Amino acid sequence: MEALFTTQYPVAKADYVSAGKASQDIKRRLKQLGIGGDVLRRVAVASYEVELNLVIHSEGGTLTLTLYPDCVELNSVDVGPGIADVSMAMREGWSTANDEARALGFGAGMGLPNMKRNADDFSIQSELGKGTVIDMRFHLPGWQGEQT
Amino acid sequence: MTIKDMADILSAKVLIGADKLDIPVHTACCSDLMSDVLAFVDEKTVLITGLTNPHVVRTSEMLDLKCLVFARGKIPAEDILESAEEQGLAVLATKLTAFTACGMLYEHGLRGVPVPTAWDDGEEDG
Repeated sequence: MEALFTTQYPVAKADYVSAGKASQDIKRRLKQLGIGGDVLRRVAVASYEVELNLVIHSEGGTLTLTLYPDCVELNSVDVGPGIADVSMAMREGWSTANDEARALGFGAGMGLPNMKRNADDFSIQSELGKGTVIDMRFHLPGWQGEQT
Repeated sequence: MTIKDMADILSAKVLIGADKLDIPVHTACCSDLMSDVLAFVDEKTVLITGLTNPHVVRTSEMLDLKCLVFARGKIPAEDILESAEEQGLAVLATKLTAFTACGMLYEHGLRGVPVPTAWDDGEEDG
């Protein structure tokens, strides 16, 4: 299905001041495009979590928002360092965040599980030394199912 | 209870949202851990916190929260308040500690947001 709208946000490593601004913009844009209610809230929460993860844990990366007629996609790609043990990282309460992130109220080890909970479809691929890719999809009313 | 009732009970200053004082509130949560707030709060509720960084306001925007209450006399910086105003939040500040503020609001009938726990036994907190 053809994308109605797509935009990319570069997210810098350790930029705690700006962290979350891409997600604010994502939420505001989707709202302008007529997305609301529960889906908008779930996209916003997952977007904020993944953006914070890029700032706290990655060497930097890109967050991409794509709107299709029947779903919203969020895609996060970073340039490293990759996650040593993805199954551990998916556990609630498991975190490697530093003190700076914790002082801001993050690093409780809820980020990845919370993304998974909020997205209708969630996938993560990570390779140590290379980077991490997270794809999330949020179904809109009229969701047509997986397109081949 | 309304936001105005909360402000009266807490002897709070209304920093932002004097036009929102009639909004009803039924539940609240109290945390300095935005990770937990993002993970567990599913309602358009009130957040009582001691943190005054921009992430409190950004987290509130993501969750469509109605009202922020800063405890222990803390007042956030002007740019944080401007951001709260932009997104239509009401913001209160009280001299009370978070513990006392929660206790007083609870005493007046406000209850905690239902939150699932890792050892959920079907009973809700609050």
